[in-house]
Formats: sequence, structure tokens, C-alpha cells
Amino acid sequence: MSSIAFIIIASVVFYFSFRAFFRVYQNIQLGKPFDSDLDKAGRWKDVLLIAFGQKKMFDRPLAAIFHLFIYLAFLLTQIELIEIFIDGIFGSHRFFAAYLGGFYSLVVGLIEVLSLLALFATLIFLSRRNLLRLPRFTKAELLGWPQQDANLILLGEILLVFGIFTMNSADHLLQSISPEHYPSVFLPVSGILGPILFGSLDASTLVFMERFGWWQHVLVVFGFILYLPYSKHLHIFLAFPNVYFRPQKPRGEMENIPAIMDEVKSMFGLGPETPVSDELPVFGASDIFDLSRKNLLDAYTCTECGRCTSVCPANLTGKKLSPRKIMMDVRDRATEVGNTLKFKKNISTSGERSAYDDGKNLFSYISKEEIRACTTCNACVEACPVLINPLDIILQLRRYEVLTESQTAESWTPMFTSLENQGCVWQVPQERDAWIHS
Amino acid sequence: MIRTMAELAGSDQQPEVLYWVGCAGSYDARAQKVARSFCAILEKAGISYAILGQEEKCTGDPARRAGNEFVFQMLAIQNIEVLNAYNVKTIVTACPHCFNTLKNEYPELGGNYNVMHHTQFLNQLFETGKLKVSGGAFKGKKITYHDSCYLGRVNDEYVAPRSLIEALDGDLHEMKRSKANGLCCGAGGAQMFKEDEPGDKRVNLERVEEAVATGAKVIAANCPWCITMLTDGLKAMDKQDEVMVFDLSEMIIQNI
Repeated sequence: MSSIAFIIIASVVFYFSFRAFFRVYQNIQLGKPFDSDLDKAGRWKDVLLIAFGQKKMFDRPLAAIFHLFIYLAFLLTQIELIEIFIDGIFGSHRFFAAYLGGFYSLVVGLIEVLSLLALFATLIFLSRRNLLRLPRFTKAELLGWPQQDANLILLGEILLVFGIFTMNSADHLLQSISPEHYPSVFLPVSGILGPILFGSLDASTLVFMERFGWWQHVLVVFGFILYLPYSKHLHIFLAFPNVYFRPQKPRGEMENIPAIMDEVKSMFGLGPETPVSDELPVFGASDIFDLSRKNLLDAYTCTECGRCTSVCPANLTGKKLSPRKIMMDVRDRATEVGNTLKFKKNISTSGERSAYDDGKNLFSYISKEEIRACTTCNACVEACPVLINPLDIILQLRRYEVLTESQTAESWTPMFTSLENQGCVWQVPQERDAWIHS
Repeated sequence: MIRTMAELAGSDQQPEVLYWVGCAGSYDARAQKVARSFCAILEKAGISYAILGQEEKCTGDPARRAGNEFVFQMLAIQNIEVLNAYNVKTIVTACPHCFNTLKNEYPELGGNYNVMHHTQFLNQLFETGKLKVSGGAFKGKKITYHDSCYLGRVNDEYVAPRSLIEALDGDLHEMKRSKANGLCCGAGGAQMFKEDEPGDKRVNLERVEEAVATGAKVIAANCPWCITMLTDGLKAMDKQDEVMVFDLSEMIIQNI
């Protein structure tokens, strides 16, 4: 009976979850393809060190340690999760116990200890957001849904741990009552908690509590699986591909625009004539179709930790720019476009830029004031633990503004004019080498 | 005697290095001092060098980062034409923005050179014994060092400039935010040439407050734009007579 319920619930959960994950994948595919063929060995090494090994997290050691507790608990719990699925489908109890012996106790024991540490870290994280109200968690872009999203995830983690300890505490007591059904497993935390919490309960209530804890844990896991593709928590998966698909150019090199290079070369008689087209070309990015798939993967990978914003010189001095908001805006726009393509067939069914028009674009989310405040200092790029690059997007938006819209900050116009006419950032009265004669 | 590539080519000479002066070094009075200091060091070390003079144009960095790719390409392609015509192999520049663009962005456009920032080049001169410190105007003096974004975070060079401070026997006091975490002076991304967006503080003030907090009376820098920004920040704090901003080349020329 319970096996059938489990199989039905699991199937429904996986069906809807898979659909939602696939939508995220499709939304990312709306961007332009990018090259990732160089340095495969180096990429895998970075996945190992930066994604799996959390290397960049440790730029902030305290936060990194608390995050590590949750991360390790999550990783190790995957072993238990496999068992939970086997038990769920076949109605067995602690399926691996009989096969793994002492190693089983070690794993389950470790999960208990890590779950306790993760619970502790989760409470710290909750208070950091809601009691201490750290600046990076209370910025304008986090108000409303993003804060709820974060709190929901942390609450979910607490429920997961509660499920484990309810299940294990009851299990610990049942081990001595009916050892033939409850194999002896050493439980370092529940071994202490069990007698305190459930010491006075009779066997049938304990059996119920054990099942209750098991189902609670499973249902919260299912909840997470369903919720992930709609949440910033997606980073637990996307961090890995995002690190793998890191750029292969030097950090200081902006993406070249060959069409403009060729046009300029031909202007100077250094290249073949470039064909004149009637259509006005679009340079830079005004919508997600113009960004690369890596930019969009970045956006869906962002977990809104705000390390980028907390080191941004513009944001630190009260300007409107927040690199984290740029990432959130790109993600929300990609989701919006994806939903429109899926559900509003009258707009367009193709993901082609030219065929898509819902009257909005990235500039409906991101103001000129924001992108103009960037000093291109790369602090946000350096700060991101999972190699997200907000600067790349900002620069593409600037390009669109100047090259396609022919707009720019008022005070940049004289600079462009001097550069074009005199090859210098300022309007200058003298020759460039006058200084050597004075 | 500072000579141009055109002059040297006239007498069939090829200098060891091309000194890329940049807009600041060419026209800004403060940065001209840095340019003269650097040239004086090159002469003392017996390095044959030349500048492009009137044939040099802005590398295009501020245009590119402001979004104007067209102007960037126009400048870059003209520069590359000139550099390739002189068969330039090694370029040294005292501007980290020029350095970054020449090093990382010109290759894609057909300009391939060995590009060094002047702090790297100077450090090499010390390491190979071509330069030696005598006298010690900065010996034991509290110095703080401001990492420019485009030498530090973007091109990962934190060691060479610090080695120079060590060679001067300076007592380096790092700011709270340094190396990869260094705070921008506020000039990058063509902000130097634009009014600030609305906010509650200028970036250079935020940075200079941190520098002053170290107690150092000298801020060593490696970028003409940082020097302007930091100097302006000191003025805003009314500390311009207490704390000095120097390019590393200026500190070296005082001691050789």
C-alpha cells in the first residue's frame, strides 16, 4: 500500500520536476551559442576545485564553513536518499544496512552529525537574513519574493533535518524493542535524542513516529525537487556546468565584434569591401536573445548571495547599480520570455529574436543609470564563488545603447568626439609629443 | 633625450622597447611627470627606447568600455598599423588600461606584442641588476599600495609593484581591501570622463579614506587615472598636504 503511494507520488513529482527543469534548459537555449572547446582538462580541474571543492567560497571563511556544513550534509544524504527510494519502492527498511555492515553505521552516523551541523548553519543563515539583517541580504532587489524564496529554502532544510531526527530517534528505540525488524545501527545524535524525546512512548507509537519522520523527510525532498527549477536554489546543480563553461578568454579581453572590425579595416583600405546591407545591424544586447547561453546559464545559476554587490564600488557608494540585480533581471526576463513562448502562442512560437516581440526587453528591467555606473573593475567577477560574470552583460547592454540606439551618457559624447577626431580622450590643443620638448 | 620611432627609423635604428605613453602621460601635467621619471629611469638603466609620439593614439579602452566599439576599432586598427609597420616587439606602458588593451585585446585584431606594465619592467631591471637603489628616501617609511584594477584583478599582477616597494626598503602597510579584493579608484570603465551617476559618495573618497586609515603618508600607485582620483580624494578630505600619491617610477627615480 505504502509502496504504491510512494511510487505514484514519486512519478508525479519527477514528471513535473523534469518538465520544469527542461523549461529552464530551453530558456537558456534562447541565448547564442558560445565556444567552450579549449582547455577541457583545466575546466574539469576548476569543476573539482571551485564547484565541488567550494574553493572560492573560502574567500569569506565563516560563511564558507557554515555553507560547507549544509553542502556536505546534502552530498552525504544522497546516499541515504538512494536507500530511501529503494525502501520506498520495495517496502524494505534500511535496505543497505544488511549489505554494508559497519560502513553503513559510519555513513548514517556521519549524516546525523552533519545534519546537526547543517541545522546549526541553517539557523545562523536565517538569523543573518532576518535578525542581523546583513546589508547584502536586505538590498532593494531582495525585497519581496527573493527574501521569501531564501527563507523557504532554509525552512525546508530545517524540516528535512527534523524528519531525519524524528525517524532516527524512533528507530533507535525500536532497535532494542524489535531487533528483527530494526537492524542495529549506531546513531550518534538520535541515540541521545531518542530516549529524551520518545523514551515514554510505546512500541506502536514509535513505529508511527518512525514512519512519520520518514514520510516527512521524503515529502520535503519531493517538495525541493519540484521547487528547485523555480528557485534561486538551482545553484546546487547549475554551479557545476557554470564553472565548467567558464570563459576561455583572458579576463581583460572584451568579446570582439568582427563585423565592426571588418568594416573599419575596409574603411582604412586594409580589408575587403564589406557588403552594404539595407537592414540596420543590431550590436550589443537589448534582450536575452542577444546574450550568450553562458550569460543565461550564469543568470539561472545565481543564488543571490550578493558577494558581487557587496564589493561593487558603484553600489558601495550608493549608486543604483547592483551586479546581483543584473543577474536576477536577466533570469527573470529569460523566464518571462520562456513562459510567453510556451503559453501565449499568438505572440510567436519560435525563439527567434526577429519573430519575438512582447513590447519589452532587458531595458524594461535594467535602467541606463545602472549600466552607466559600472567602473568595469571586475570586483563582481572576482567575488562570485561560481564564476558568474555580471560585467559581461553590463558591457553588452552598453554596446547596444551606443551602437544600436546611438545614445550614451551626455558627458561621454565629448570623449567620443575627441577620440574620433584627435585620437585622444580629451580635446587637446597640442601635439601628442609636445611634452618631450618642454 | 626622448626620441620617437620615426626618428630612430630614419637612422635605421630599432630600440629595445617601445614606451607607450598613453593619453594621460602625453597631456596630463601630473602624468607627464610620471612619464619623465620613467624615461629617466630607462636612460639610467641604459635601455634603448622610443615613443610613437604623434603616431600614437588612445588604445581605445575607454571607448570600448563605454560601449563604442566603432571608435575603439578605429583607434586600435590605426595603432596596430603603426606598431606593425615599425615591427615593434616589446611595449612597455605606465598605464594599466593601455597595458590591458594592448596585451589582451590587440591580438584578436592582428597586433601581437610582448606587452609589459612599467612596474613589471622596472622589477625586471632590478632583478637583472640593471637598476640599483642608492639613497633611501623611502627607507622604513610607511607606504600603502593601491592596486589598480587592470593590473591587479584583471591581469593578476600583484607581486611586481610590491617587490619595487620592497626594493625601496619601504614599510608596506596594506589597505583593508587589497590585491584581488582591492577597491577601484572610480575611474575605470570610462567613468573618468563622465559625470558620476546619482549616489551618496564618490568612489575615490571611499578608497582614499581607507588609504589614510593605514597611517601611511605615501600612497604608491601604478596608474595615471588612479593617481588623479586618489589625489582628488585627498583634496576632498583636506589631506593633500599630509599624504602624497606617487607613481612607483617617481619613487624609484628619487633613489637611484
